[in-house]
Amino acid sequence: MVKPLLVIAVCVAILSGCASRSDTLYEELGGQAKINEIVENFVYEIEYNDTILPYFADTDIDRFMEKFAEQLCVFSGGPCSYSGDTMEQVHGGMNITEADFNLTVDLFINAMNKANVPHTVQNKLINRMTHTREQMLYL
Amino acid sequence: MRLTKLISSTLIFCTGLACAGDGKLIGTAGLNQLEGSGGGGIVPWATLSGYDTQDEVSVNAFITQVNLEDYRLNVLGASVSLYDRAEFSVARHVFDLTTLGGEIAQTVYGAKFKLYGDVVYSDWPQLSAGVQYKDLEDTAVANLVGSEDTSGTDIYLAATKVHLGAAGGYNLVWNLTGRLTKANQLGLLGFGGPQNSDYELMLEGSLGVLFSRHFAAGIEYRQKPDNLGLGEDDWMDVFVTYIPSKKVNFTLAWADLGSIAGATGQKGLYLSVGGQLW
Repeated sequence: MVKPLLVIAVCVAILSGCASRSDTLYEELGGQAKINEIVENFVYEIEYNDTILPYFADTDIDRFMEKFAEQLCVFSGGPCSYSGDTMEQVHGGMNITEADFNLTVDLFINAMNKANVPHTVQNKLINRMTHTREQMLYL
Repeated sequence: MRLTKLISSTLIFCTGLACAGDGKLIGTAGLNQLEGSGGGGIVPWATLSGYDTQDEVSVNAFITQVNLEDYRLNVLGASVSLYDRAEFSVARHVFDLTTLGGEIAQTVYGAKFKLYGDVVYSDWPQLSAGVQYKDLEDTAVANLVGSEDTSGTDIYLAATKVHLGAAGGYNLVWNLTGRLTKANQLGLLGFGGPQNSDYELMLEGSLGVLFSRHFAAGIEYRQKPDNLGLGEDDWMDVFVTYIPSKKVNFTLAWADLGSIAGATGQKGLYLSVGGQLW
């Protein structure tokens, strides 16, 4: 029970951060359709990257796509809530290095480029995601 | 000699396959500044040169030329960055007196250590401390203008931060450096002089915007002491950097270096090419 509560608390905190803005980043991005496109591109990028693919060896890709899309929706201030596991639970035991983390960010940027997300919108989205880094590295 | 040792010790440490560093995000490694340290063009930053992360090392080299009214500064340098924690650099300055004739050469050895943070990801700016030991080879001009020493050590503390999407969605980078120095014109005119022979604190700053993953533009300012009483001016430059890949960067700047050894209005083009060799 604690987990969903925490997730809701995080969502509320993030949502309230942009509640006062007229245009959410979610809208700027192009809504759920664009987010789904980014996630699909991201999975494609990972598939073709020999360094990052092994991290996803035991991953249920459909579930990953669904939860990551939820997360991006929440980060961008969209009308969603995150129903997945915590970042620590997902990445624990993987011992993700800083280099591999940054490489994955590069792949995420490729995914956004291929979805024609403008550079400035990319930066704003990445800025909303940086706090997850310490929940993923060297666990 | 020192550089050769550094490179060989690096190669000994580095036995894994993933040790050559390219793990930082493109554009966040900065450049090599005039004295060889990781930084902007004229200011050392808290970032270490090269794209190494905490599990990696990198080796970088650069060549820079500044063409002024009466002088031309040629710089050739290299740096090693170890585990995004420590950086060692060497830079060779050859300062051509194009109007008067002759040249002044010096070598700068640098070391820098990261004290805190990550330029992109930490809440507070990345913080580093460094030294630059400068050894003047051609001492005649320095002696002529009344400098006290022909070698000297600068000590600096630098804070650097990238703010993602902060400038209308563009990434913003700023740096602030405090430097204790006695150097006259980088040390090319010696250290200390009749006006002052003590360490003085000089402030240096940079502000840049990354217009894409591959283009950055900005401005730098570097305060300078006037130990010789020749009216040494603060330096400034406006730069554009093109970073096609993590392997190479090109910088074009307009530099205003003011009065140098009594010759006023020293302005001109600053050109630099840097690259990561390992």
